[in-house]
Amino acid sequence: MSRYLRPAARLAATARTSALRPATASPFLSRAAVIPGVQRRTYADASGVKEYTVRDALNEALAEELEQNDKVFILGEEVAQYNGAYKVTKNLLDRFGEKRVIDTPITESGFAGLAIGAALSGLHPVCEFMTWNFAMQAIDQIVNSAAKTLYMSGGIQPCNITFRGPNGFAAGVGAQHSQDFSAWYGSIPGLKVVSPWSAEDAKGLLKAAIRDPNPVVVLENELMYGQSFPMSAEAQKDDFVIPFGKAKIERSGKDLTLVTLSRCVGQSLVAAENLKKKYGVDVEVINLRSIKPLDIETIIKSLKKTHRLMAVESGFPAFGVSAEILALTMEYGFDYLDAPAARVTGADVPTPYAQGLEEMSFPTEGTIEQQAVKLLRL
Amino acid sequence: MEMAADRLYKEKKIRGFCHLSTGQEAVAVGIEHAINKSDDVITSYRCHGFAYMRGGTVRSIIGELLGRREGIAYGKGGSMHMFAKGFYGGNGIVGAQVPVGAGLAFAQKYTGGKKATVILYGDGASNQGQVFEAFNMAKLWKLPALFGCENNKYGMGTSAARSSALTDYYKRGQYIPGLKVNGMDVLAVKAAVQYGKQWTEEDNGPLVLEYVTYRYGGHSMSDPGTTYRTREEIQRMRSTNDPIAGLKQHILDWGVAQEDELKNIDKEARSFVNEEVAAAEAMAVPEATPKILYEDIYVRGSEPDFIRGRILDENYYFKQ
Repeated sequence: MSRYLRPAARLAATARTSALRPATASPFLSRAAVIPGVQRRTYADASGVKEYTVRDALNEALAEELEQNDKVFILGEEVAQYNGAYKVTKNLLDRFGEKRVIDTPITESGFAGLAIGAALSGLHPVCEFMTWNFAMQAIDQIVNSAAKTLYMSGGIQPCNITFRGPNGFAAGVGAQHSQDFSAWYGSIPGLKVVSPWSAEDAKGLLKAAIRDPNPVVVLENELMYGQSFPMSAEAQKDDFVIPFGKAKIERSGKDLTLVTLSRCVGQSLVAAENLKKKYGVDVEVINLRSIKPLDIETIIKSLKKTHRLMAVESGFPAFGVSAEILALTMEYGFDYLDAPAARVTGADVPTPYAQGLEEMSFPTEGTIEQQAVKLLRL
Repeated sequence: MEMAADRLYKEKKIRGFCHLSTGQEAVAVGIEHAINKSDDVITSYRCHGFAYMRGGTVRSIIGELLGRREGIAYGKGGSMHMFAKGFYGGNGIVGAQVPVGAGLAFAQKYTGGKKATVILYGDGASNQGQVFEAFNMAKLWKLPALFGCENNKYGMGTSAARSSALTDYYKRGQYIPGLKVNGMDVLAVKAAVQYGKQWTEEDNGPLVLEYVTYRYGGHSMSDPGTTYRTREEIQRMRSTNDPIAGLKQHILDWGVAQEDELKNIDKEARSFVNEEVAAAEAMAVPEATPKILYEDIYVRGSEPDFIRGRILDENYYFKQ
């Protein structure tokens, strides 16, 4: 993070002396610094682009890392013979054998602890939770044994481990199987936490997680596994990694910054298109990719351009990812806000089973659009 | 060393928790003499003796208790969190070290070689669910794990009989063979662990050992240790079962050394500890600087760009 970002108090001091912002100027007229709607792509040659599902991207990432480093192994419930409860680990047992692709008993606390022990010993385990809901059985091991040991040992005992599995909203499975843990893990010093949306995100972030020498939590989403995305030629290579702490601008815009993550990125992009069609506003959509560390620099840069900000996520509203983004926005960018920042989150309710009620509990494209209209006073 | 820690704690030089193992010396000493440096040990928060046996120096351990920069964990761990080569703590959550220890054994099997992991937990921890989870996986995958319940008769203030439906802790591995060991006899501990190590080397999988021992002090320094047991009981254990006095008697009986020689060894040990404690007390505390506060949260070179402080002005940027 560059040092130009300063706490709001210092920004305020600068703003007062320079007085650059006319209070009456319409944000939509005066700040057309970028061409709206242009996707930023990092590759030049589109000919090598292939369609990948998120599932295939994760599978490829695991296979490549297992191939490249003998210290990497994967363990979890049903990861081997069953090919993964969600088929993310398909064919890995056949390819790498039972020494490196290991079915565990249903014993989350036990196998998470065991994987951590193996990591303390120098191996690089990938510990799959069938869903992150079940990892609550093991959260003590993740927080107390994995995240804190390096610090408690004065730096002599690292723990290179990756915890992964589907997180957050899932359809029709009720309260115990549909919960977002981003805020839980995002609050723990010593952990790094990422949440992929697209196939490229999934591959690049998982590979980076396995290679990172710290404990990393990878929060995937079940409903994304089957979705297809274009994968650049670069991302198809076996050395493709996405650095942590860097968000991606999925859609460029000048009128509103929409900060989001995981499945909500796709919903936000749809909402952004609808807002363009209906109201002619250009919404910038930021895919966080990384929850801890969080790329506040990209968020504030965008805010400086759009002067309006909204956070979108599917977790519970209280003390959540959106709450953190809004707090940071206030701290670092208060003087750039032309309207109070807003958030769209899951409802403060245990996820209900009945479809109509479930729909009311999580952000939809409609709620995102509705809140944006209100924020922009359209 | 533990007696020095006791004194330093009472002088208010040691902060927070401090769990001493006087009375339980034979367990740590016996185990270390039965295994190699390439084997692994993991234990609970009552860890000073093990940290010393695994290669920590008295001054670095006392230095850690005093929160010094040259302490074994650079002043970041404290009494409960000490690490050394082949020693994985020093773990503060009761029972959580047991599956972690199974993971150390898993890694030994994964990488090959004749190595074993000694995993220690107390009679209190033995009722944690994850202990049984670790037993299951260790047996299932034939891991070279020597589970060891240090039965010092009390989990904090709750006696074994009041906490455990079966107080024969060596039997609690069900499908894992168990051994009951006199944990007040260093030679018995050594022999049992030697046998256990051979057992794992022959690929027989895990063992559950119960070291029957006794802690003279309270659970921690804040516990006088007399509300849930009688002073007579403690006195009886000290006078009839003390592991150091017991070994001394063996040495004299077998004519290995004379009384004078042992007295000299004892004297030397006391003066050595005193010197080490003085050296530890002379160590500097960690400078209260952001650089030291925020180091080693993440592996060096892999840190995020900055770590947040209490207020934004205190944010610490790794790249200055």
